[in-house]
Amino acid sequence: MNAREASAKVAHRTLIVLFSLFAAFPFAWMLITAFKKTNDLLDPNSFPFGYPRGMTLENLRVLFEETLFLRWIGNTVFVGVVVVIITLLLAVPAGYALARLSGTFGEQLGIGIFLTYLVPPTILFIPLAKVVSTLHLQDTLWSLVLTYPSFTIPFCTWLMMGFFKAIPKDIEEAAMVDGLSRLGAFTKVILPMSVAGILTVVIFTFTLVMQEFVYGLTFINSGRNFTVSVGVPSFLVRGDVYFWGSLMGACFIASVPIAFLYNLFVDRFIAGFTVGAVKG
Amino acid sequence: MRIADSPNALARILIAPALIYIGAVIGLPFILSLWFAVSDVTVSSAAGHYVGLENFRSALDDPSFRRALGNTFLFAILSQLIVIVLATTLAVALRKDFRGKWMVRLLILLPWVAPVSLGSIGWLWIFDSIYSLINYALYHWLHVCGPLPGMTPCPVWLGQPRLAMASIITVQVWRTLPLATVINLGGLSSIPQDIHDAASIDGAGFFRTLFQITIPLVLPILLVAVLFGFVFAFTDMIVVWVLTRGGPYDMTQVLASMAFFKGIDGGDLAGASAIALFLFPVLAAAAILLLRLARRAEVV
Amino acid sequence: MAIVETKQIRKVFADHTAVDGVDLATGEGEFLVLLGPSGCGKTTLLRMIAGLEKQTSGDIVIGGKVVNDLPPRERKIAMVFQSYALYPHLTVAKNIAFPLKAAKTPSDQIQAKVQTAASMFGIERLLHRKPRQLSGGERQRVALARAMVREPAVFLLDEPLSNLDAKLRTSARDELQHFQRRLGTTTIYVTHDQVEAMGLGHRIAVMNKGKVRQLGPPQEVYNDPADTFVAGFLGSPPMNFFERGGAIVGFRPEQMLPKAAYSTQEPLVHAWFRVDRVENLGSDRLLYGSLRDLAPDVKMIVNLPFTVHLPITEGQAYEFSVKQKDLKFFDKESGVRIAPRPL
Repeated sequence: MNAREASAKVAHRTLIVLFSLFAAFPFAWMLITAFKKTNDLLDPNSFPFGYPRGMTLENLRVLFEETLFLRWIGNTVFVGVVVVIITLLLAVPAGYALARLSGTFGEQLGIGIFLTYLVPPTILFIPLAKVVSTLHLQDTLWSLVLTYPSFTIPFCTWLMMGFFKAIPKDIEEAAMVDGLSRLGAFTKVILPMSVAGILTVVIFTFTLVMQEFVYGLTFINSGRNFTVSVGVPSFLVRGDVYFWGSLMGACFIASVPIAFLYNLFVDRFIAGFTVGAVKG
Repeated sequence: MRIADSPNALARILIAPALIYIGAVIGLPFILSLWFAVSDVTVSSAAGHYVGLENFRSALDDPSFRRALGNTFLFAILSQLIVIVLATTLAVALRKDFRGKWMVRLLILLPWVAPVSLGSIGWLWIFDSIYSLINYALYHWLHVCGPLPGMTPCPVWLGQPRLAMASIITVQVWRTLPLATVINLGGLSSIPQDIHDAASIDGAGFFRTLFQITIPLVLPILLVAVLFGFVFAFTDMIVVWVLTRGGPYDMTQVLASMAFFKGIDGGDLAGASAIALFLFPVLAAAAILLLRLARRAEVV
Repeated sequence: MAIVETKQIRKVFADHTAVDGVDLATGEGEFLVLLGPSGCGKTTLLRMIAGLEKQTSGDIVIGGKVVNDLPPRERKIAMVFQSYALYPHLTVAKNIAFPLKAAKTPSDQIQAKVQTAASMFGIERLLHRKPRQLSGGERQRVALARAMVREPAVFLLDEPLSNLDAKLRTSARDELQHFQRRLGTTTIYVTHDQVEAMGLGHRIAVMNKGKVRQLGPPQEVYNDPADTFVAGFLGSPPMNFFERGGAIVGFRPEQMLPKAAYSTQEPLVHAWFRVDRVENLGSDRLLYGSLRDLAPDVKMIVNLPFTVHLPITEGQAYEFSVKQKDLKFFDKESGVRIAPRPL
């Protein structure tokens, strides 16, 4: 390898390392902080990357035993599961209808659905706050279950539309010649073939639910009903004191594992963006 | 033909639930917010009275609002300009296969996948006024500043307005970079290898190929990604809420956070709606741009 | 123009060897065709000569200079890809100008050279169009113009005709040959189409499984095949083979004619051919059947030109003849050509 190739390689590696550090550093920092003794945490001269006074599990113990963290996780999972079900029930058929059956009108409808994604929760949360309190759903998880699909459905419909478009029409036509109705072809042939797409929708929906903050903060008041995303920033603060050790532990636990899952499915999501991007 | 066989009837039935839901939970509330903005409704009042454009007028008269409006644009535009450059660089670097690539990709995705509030808290800790890790490094390793008398005090990252803004912009870059990178990477992959080979044979070196061939070809996709990032940064309230609560003294407020404080903490739903609706024209413009670009890139 | 040589060039991948020790040397200004089925290594070999793939071992010499470590742009080559690889976002004129810009040619010269290249291929009126507005044939000409504009020492062509309609291919082939003879640049051409190879090449290198099985002018490769692979690959319909006397015997479908149709002094071999099915193709008749006595179980094809008027009925056997010298003999195990022996 000559000098030019070698220096290019070094530049390449350095770039990758720098970016990885920039992206992952806060999380590494969360992990380190989670095990720090309070004295170390609150001593500005204590070496940050080590444990001069030793490691401790106390922060995590407090997190799990003395806060509502586990309950928040439970709330998030509950909302996640129900919202995933609702999303699948509405977005999968809608995606199919748009992909297959509706011609240019369908195309425009599809774009329209996708565009609603651009009416953000930061506009909608105000009127929805009023609606939620009028329906007496204030401070219940049902308020979230009702409103979360508003951002999961448009996106997942668009995702599924892409997946279904990639399946050749011949397959349904063969199924219909073989004796199934169009609906039957969808449920008995196409759906089983789309498991990968459906799984992607599940993962993405769940991730969106976990990340949501505005509705959670607006509609929920009492600690025991928070989701993780809202509970951790609001509740682990007593007055002006942040329980940093437990806080960082909570952040790490609620962020990193789901990233592993997400990573597995991100390729499919990207494929949808780049169909035919380069005409030649 | 029975419904199960008729294409159009079936399509309408399959799509109806989603459309109804969207109409009910997005369409109707949106119209409601328009009503709120021209009324005087509050959290406690049942309905409101029409007040015309009063809310909009008083918002525009408020210097805090004007600053929030400016900040909203500033944070979004600046962060995404940085993202364009970084995402392109990173995507080009990630194009090559190398050992541990899956790990790097996982790490790079983390800021995007983690809940925004939690990631922001991580940064809150890094930027803390007393215990900031950055200040530790500046003091103990670089000896640039320090807390002792006679030394230049270390920066209060979230306390000084300019620094607070920079911190917010940094976090916006940090969390939108992964999406732009991954989308960009997909775009790069869709360029046929032949084109790079031809450029290589035609005599183009690395940089010429990058700037004259590769980037022009992924530009539509790149712009789509950046537009998404722009919308996310533009409508964000979480980063501001966690890092500064809009402070110091409302200097880092953005439209979304201001609407939140006014409407939920302050109870003034009408005023909050008016503030939030200032977001809408820009979003509509972004949507149109997105569609144009997406059509060119054949995304939609 | 320059001579291209490869010396014991080898390319080994993790699971298979793509090119297994190839020695080639082109002549000056020669049109050399690399012919073989897909997977035989011809494209890999071409890409190594271009510098797009690094060889595992062996040398590549262009114009007397060893180019192993040189990147493509320093090898004085130009390449036309199967997909043409035109830059989709640039106009035809900019596409053609691109290599000149990369070589930092002064812009007034660029204008002139682009014009020359475009007029050579008759695409001047297309200069302001983008590739997606062009037909396949037009794109191919742009690719050729871009290749020649730098006046390289060697042209490398990777199946440039395979994306064209069948009708277009013949005229494109004619133009290509005309163009190469006129420029006189050494050309290496990869194809799997043996008709193309026979029509275009000064010499053909027939490849299979990473090795060159035979290298020679078209007539030699056709009439004097080195082994059963070469014999069977060239010619359409392909050569008929059967076993006899411990060897493999082969003859071409068009070399077998009804006994009565042969009026020659050369020694002939006679055999009864039973016809199972006749395909009337207009210019020829294809007879599907077998040698009734010599190889009744081996399916064979005989190609009768329209000049032979003998009526043929399916199910009947007829006495046919082959010139003795048209019978080729091959070793049963290795397939290599051996000396003729009595049937």
